[in-house]
Amino acid sequence: MRLILQVWRQKGAKAPGKMTRYEAADVNPDMSMLELLDVVNEGLILKGEEPIAFEHDCREGICGSCGFMINGVAHGPLPATTVCQLSMRHFKDGQELYIEPWRARAFPVIKDLVVDRGAFDRIIAAGGYVSVPTGSPPDGNTILVPKENADRAMDAAACIGCGACVAACPNASAALFTGAKIAHLGLLPQGQPERNQRALKMVRQFNAEGFGSCSNIGECEAACPKEISLEVIARMNRDFIGASFEKR
Amino acid sequence: MSGRAIHLDARVPLGPIEKLWDQARFEMKLVNPANKRKHTILVVGSGLAGASAAATLGELGYNVKCFCFQDSPRRAHSIAAQGGINAAKNYHSDGDSVFRLFYDTVKGGDFRSREANVYRLAQISVNIIDQCVAQGVPFAREYGGTLANRSFGGAQVSRTFYARGQTGQQLLLGAYQALERQVHEGRVQMFPRTEMLDLVVIDGHARGIVTRNLVTGQIESHMGDAVVLGTGGYGNVYYLATNAKGSNCTAIWRAHKRGALFANPCFTQIHPTCIPVSGDYQSKLTLMSESLRNDGRIWVPLKAHDRRPPNQIPEAERDYYLERRYPSFGNLVPRDVASRNAKAVCDEGRGVGETGLGVYLDFSDAIQRLGADVIAERYGNLFEMYQRITDEDPYQAPMRIYPAIHYTMGGLWVDYYLMSTIPGLFVIGEANFSDHGANRLGASALMQGLSDGYFILPYTVGDYIAKTKLEKTDTSAAEFRTAEAGVRELTKKLLSIRGHQTVDAFHRQLGKIVWDYCGMSRTGAGLNEAIGKIRELRSEYWRDVNVPGSADDLNQSLEKAGRVADFFELAELMCIDALNREESCGGHFREEYQTPDGEAQRSDETCAYVSAWEYGAERPELHREPLSFEYVHPSQRSYK
Repeated sequence: MRLILQVWRQKGAKAPGKMTRYEAADVNPDMSMLELLDVVNEGLILKGEEPIAFEHDCREGICGSCGFMINGVAHGPLPATTVCQLSMRHFKDGQELYIEPWRARAFPVIKDLVVDRGAFDRIIAAGGYVSVPTGSPPDGNTILVPKENADRAMDAAACIGCGACVAACPNASAALFTGAKIAHLGLLPQGQPERNQRALKMVRQFNAEGFGSCSNIGECEAACPKEISLEVIARMNRDFIGASFEKR
Repeated sequence: MSGRAIHLDARVPLGPIEKLWDQARFEMKLVNPANKRKHTILVVGSGLAGASAAATLGELGYNVKCFCFQDSPRRAHSIAAQGGINAAKNYHSDGDSVFRLFYDTVKGGDFRSREANVYRLAQISVNIIDQCVAQGVPFAREYGGTLANRSFGGAQVSRTFYARGQTGQQLLLGAYQALERQVHEGRVQMFPRTEMLDLVVIDGHARGIVTRNLVTGQIESHMGDAVVLGTGGYGNVYYLATNAKGSNCTAIWRAHKRGALFANPCFTQIHPTCIPVSGDYQSKLTLMSESLRNDGRIWVPLKAHDRRPPNQIPEAERDYYLERRYPSFGNLVPRDVASRNAKAVCDEGRGVGETGLGVYLDFSDAIQRLGADVIAERYGNLFEMYQRITDEDPYQAPMRIYPAIHYTMGGLWVDYYLMSTIPGLFVIGEANFSDHGANRLGASALMQGLSDGYFILPYTVGDYIAKTKLEKTDTSAAEFRTAEAGVRELTKKLLSIRGHQTVDAFHRQLGKIVWDYCGMSRTGAGLNEAIGKIRELRSEYWRDVNVPGSADDLNQSLEKAGRVADFFELAELMCIDALNREESCGGHFREEYQTPDGEAQRSDETCAYVSAWEYGAERPELHREPLSFEYVHPSQRSYK
């Protein structure tokens, strides 16, 4: 098959960017989106041009490195799939694909499709953990966790930190990302002692990073490759409000 | 080279094996808590080993700098581990014990690992689970709320803890969160998008590293009292592997060139259950958890070149070759055995799929016996992933699988204290060689990474710092300047060639040579041929590679080019090591050395040693660490 790519090219953080057109002929339908970019890049290098910079690592949908907009949709049209696992068979022969980086004030572009998601690390650093030292904690089975809670905690913990939720949100809010960590730890007994303070610190950091507020639109849930539920945002709000009252 | 004589002293304490680690810890010197912050420790890599080490060292009060090439420490390749983590908890009273885990690991490693290290790993396994539970890792639970287990990778006890099919992810996020907590406290300084390009050795001690900032291209020096490498394995030398695309050998290889011996480079693991290659564009292979082998049955057609679809091949014309050859372990034989047998049937022309490089993994019996619901609950996410990639539904037709490179048991040589042959350079996790011998058992990589990072290294680094008087120095020292100049020179050289072939094109060719001659089975003649081919291709690389762009910004081609340059050198050493090891053991199968029925033939009389190679530009020099087995008597592995 043959595809037309319109790709955002931007030399650096300060440089202006623009869409550039590339044609990909002989596309194998089993290729992933990233393998298609590999092939385009090989061609560009041999022509003496700079290849398209894009982030990727595991290529099996778990590291969270990859991600960009395809025709305005984060990670492209297939639900629950990152671009590294999105195969070309989901597109039509001759189709035109507009490929752009995540766009959010808190995710500045570094080059082409690569953005800086350091803000996510700082949100976790603000409180996304259980403060336990390395040493001799009690035997694992002294902390009983009902299976249902463990399963729900795991649902939230499945977040890969790719940033699609932010890119999909009209407000560029990081509520789904932040809520996922708050819900994961808040559903487990280990997370209870710091539960309210955690919400307070993480939400403050996410505001400080320049992410927008959540207005319950739900685009994040639809874009999330790990199908994290909006419910985590409700949990975040509950813990945050609880903590705000506690302070007084 | 250093020019000093090398003493391969593993520094294993004397005494009964179950007391060694306690004794070693007691004998270690401690660093005064008030002084810890005056000591800087550089941790390179932020996977399970690196992140857990950096977090723990920060918490102890050291001044820690942690480096990773990814945009965040959370992306390290440990995140992709699926199946689980072993621990000798014996929660099921099914006969497990520290000694049994130790025994299984030594035997599984085909008697090519160091007993004392393995015993310690088995001892610490139980602490890891407790630590991770306390951190809030969402392990699978039973209805009563206790931790769930499964049996995994051929183990006959249920000792594997797991978090769905994402155990590595959850353990890594636990370590990452602990690390970020220390970053927040100001005890660890994190350097993401930063790649280590050289090790700096001053007066025989590892004193620092030279890095490149991958966004600005800036070359920088960092000084420390100790350097810790947790930079993972070198499976990507094969180009097609289950490793993440960025995984590389550059940190360990450049440390090797500065004097750290490289141990057992030819011990690489091939995982039997990966999705087969589908075309030339293919950039990596996707692993399917081997837990699939618990319920799936592996078969190929009885007749060669049988092109019928699987559902049209009657039962009598199928060969369930693992069940046939290994009646007691069947489909659950260790990874090396399962992989080699898959290759053998494909070599006979009985492979399936378009390329003929594949075997069936069939769930129809299990679905009939247990129902599709039960199978979906156990493997639903894996089936989905398979379908996403291949567009085939494993509930309807058998999966096609083929072996792929997955893990490298070899790595930098370390002693009992995880210190390399360069004092002050410590190596942890997959980057070292220590615990898995010639073959790693399932669910033990995560165990080793966290054992090294949380529970061993933080003690042993302290001991080194307390016992060593280091001269005062800083990054203006001549050794730093020279290393920086070397890195700049190499970068310039790579960018100046502007030849006709891309880095990836070379990497693919290199990978094919290593896979064909130093992959699942090896011969003396083939290895000699491979060495010639690798040298030839390498000189072509330095004449004809095309690395576009500049050194002063984000340049992914340049990053790859440096890594592939190192893979070339390592590939040659792997072949030399494979040639030198005149026996078959674990993942290393030399066709000349096999039993009459085609199983690996070890030679304990001549080959019970660790081969530790000293770098030499022309010819590496072999040093041997003899292995002795006092607790687990070497026997021919039998899974029949």
